[in-house]
Formats: sequence, C-alpha cells, structure tokens
Amino acid sequence: MSHDHEHDHGHVHADHDVSQHDPEAAERNKVPFYGKRIYAIRDLLIKKGILSREDVQREIELMDSRSPANGARLVAKAWTDPGFKELLLRDPKAACAELGIDASGVTEVAVVENTEAVHNLVVCTLCSCYPRTILGRPPDWYKSFAYRSRAVVEPRTVMREFGTVLPDSVEVRVFDSSADVRYLVLPRRPDGTDGWTEEQLAALVTRDSLIGVTEAKTPEAAAVTAS
Amino acid sequence: MKFSPGQKVKVKMGEPQGHVRTPTYVRGKEGWVERVHGEFRNPESLAYGGNGLPREPLYMVGFRQQDLWQARYAESPSDNLYIDLYEHWLEGVPNA
Amino acid sequence: MGGRPTSEQLNLAEHALADWEVVTDAVSVALGAKGLRTTDELRRAMEDMPADEYLALSYYERWARGTEQLLVEKGVLTRDEIDRKMAELEPTWEVS
Repeated sequence: MSHDHEHDHGHVHADHDVSQHDPEAAERNKVPFYGKRIYAIRDLLIKKGILSREDVQREIELMDSRSPANGARLVAKAWTDPGFKELLLRDPKAACAELGIDASGVTEVAVVENTEAVHNLVVCTLCSCYPRTILGRPPDWYKSFAYRSRAVVEPRTVMREFGTVLPDSVEVRVFDSSADVRYLVLPRRPDGTDGWTEEQLAALVTRDSLIGVTEAKTPEAAAVTAS
Repeated sequence: MKFSPGQKVKVKMGEPQGHVRTPTYVRGKEGWVERVHGEFRNPESLAYGGNGLPREPLYMVGFRQQDLWQARYAESPSDNLYIDLYEHWLEGVPNA
Repeated sequence: MGGRPTSEQLNLAEHALADWEVVTDAVSVALGAKGLRTTDELRRAMEDMPADEYLALSYYERWARGTEQLLVEKGVLTRDEIDRKMAELEPTWEVS
C-alpha cells in the first residue's frame, strides 16, 4: 500500500488521510478508535517536539526497506558458500552486515538450520516477536492467537495448513521466541538445484520457509508459479 | 553462570505478579540446557522502567514435547520444543 | 497463549497495512529509538490490558493502546489532551 507523506498543506491530516483521495479505501479501511487516536498522539508528540515528522517518516521508510528478500539472500549465499554458512550460524548479524543488511539493533538473532533429521519452526507465544530488522513485518497469521496457541502443541497440524507434511522420524523443533533472541530458519536446499546462481536460489526461499511453516520451494513448484 | 549445555534443568512453578517471560506451559517442566545465550538485562524489571540490572544469564532450554504436554501431544515422539528462559526461573535437577 | 485450547484454523489471508497501522508502528519504534519506551515496557503495557479487550482488539490496536498507556504513565501526554486532540481531528474523518 502506498502512503504518500510528502505534502503538508498545513492540514494536519492531508498527508495521510486516504479518505480525502480515495473514498473506497476509507470504506475498506474503516479506521477504528485506536487508529484515529494514534494520529492525535502523533500530532501531539510532534507539536511538543518529542518526535519530529522526520523521525516518524524515517521509521516508515526503514521498515519498508526490509523484506523477506533479505532472508532469501542470506540463505542463498549460505547454500553456496560453506564459510558464509558457518558465519551465518555463528554470528548472524555479522553475516547480515557482509551482505549490506543492517540487522544491528538491541535484539540478538539466531539462525537454526533445517537438516535431514530436524525441521525448525518459529513462534512467539507471548506476543509475536519476529526478526523484523531483517525480514520486515510478520504476516497476519503469525500474529494470530490461533498460531500462537497451536504452534507449540500441534506444530505438524499447523504446518499441514500450509501444505507441509514431514515424516514422524524427522524431529519437528519449535522455537518459542520468549526473550531477546529472534529466530530465523535456514531451510534445506532443494534437490535439482546444482549449479544454480545465488539469485536463482534466492527465488526459492520464501518468507514462510524462513519462519519454518514450509520448506523452500522446489524448482518444479517455482516453475509453476512463474508460468 | 549456574548451568551449562547438556545439564538437566527444571522450570520453577509459581504465579508471579506482573510481567514475566516464562509461559505457563513450561512451568514445573523438566528439560535440558541446549545453549547459553549470554547475559541480558532482566525484562521483568525493564517492563516497569527499571534498569534491568544486574544482567542475568539467558538459556536456550529444550524439552521433549511429550514431557511438556503428555497425552495431549498427539504428534511425533521425535519432536522437541526450545524456549529462551532466564536463570532465575530455572533450578538444577538431581542426577537421575 | 501457548497451548491455549483452540481448533481455530489459521487465516492465511494477508492484508496490506492501513495507514494508521503504519503510523502506529512508526511512532512506537521512533519512541523506542529516543529511549522513551522499551520493548519490555510495551509488552507489559499490552499485557496490562483487561483480557476481554486484549482478545477483541487487533494487533496494531493493541500496540496503539499500549503506546498510549506508556506515554500517559510516563507523563509525556495526558489522556485529556489526547481526547481533546482526537475530538479536534474528528471532522477530518468524514468522507467528502
């Protein structure tokens, strides 16, 4: 969704009030009580000099610049470069820095590797923590009560809703991000990708595979989506 | 640093008031230390504007799903769950 | 929340964020960058909410409410002035 914050006609609302430009959007996005309230809070904070308009804009742009593509690049490089993979597992923030991804921030990051024997799945039952500094915002389902409740007690049933089925002999390992560590899954490299470039490999790494509800796409599945 | 990787630990019981980061479903349960994350400021104090000091060790603790949920866990016996817990929530388990 | 009995299916649909959600996220993070709120404080403020409200509000509504609570607790803003500002902005919400 685009949000043009550039104009300021002196009207406190003009730079973001979609209702003035797009009545359909206003209808679709009926703003709830706390939604309206945050604009009042924002305007007061700016008026009092606690935040500037630029402070807010900077955070919007920063979050917009982050996406699962960052995770895909990390994984694709780890698949092709054993030294990088070792770094990614040992010191994810340093690995991010090597690829120009700014994951610096208060929280720690840990990368957990899927293998033939282990499949990892990430959840935050207490509030929906997520590696936002790398991947951007989490999907709605990740933040839902249903996921937060069910992922810890019936992970395979949850994964089946994404079409993922694993044999009982594979250990499904759930990580509940309860403290200041954010988890990222390193999915397994799909078969039939020998000789692929990092860019081609990155296209197989979906956001859902970085959370662990799915594996990375196979070349066949990727071809179907592409057509 | 009270505990080391591989060591068996048990999560304390209790219903403390206020903000805690130890979910109910692991309380009273026995697992093992998988990894030591290092020392962090205590969120239970930070949550109320305290400075969270002194720092406290944070552990990645593993549990067998069957030990956490018993009969309620209907999936594979191979499955495990890992969660990050602060040291003051853990106690040692006498050697079996 | 972990292990709370439910058979609710996941809704895999994703919605593009509404502008107010983007603003909520940005204001909260910007306050964090200024040291005016920590992650732990915000989590605690959201947990402080009455259970029925917590369950009824959406993710970003909870963020907005939690952020407001922290600002009021810290004396940065008063509820009165937020109410007044909100009333002042009310006419601008009408679709022309």
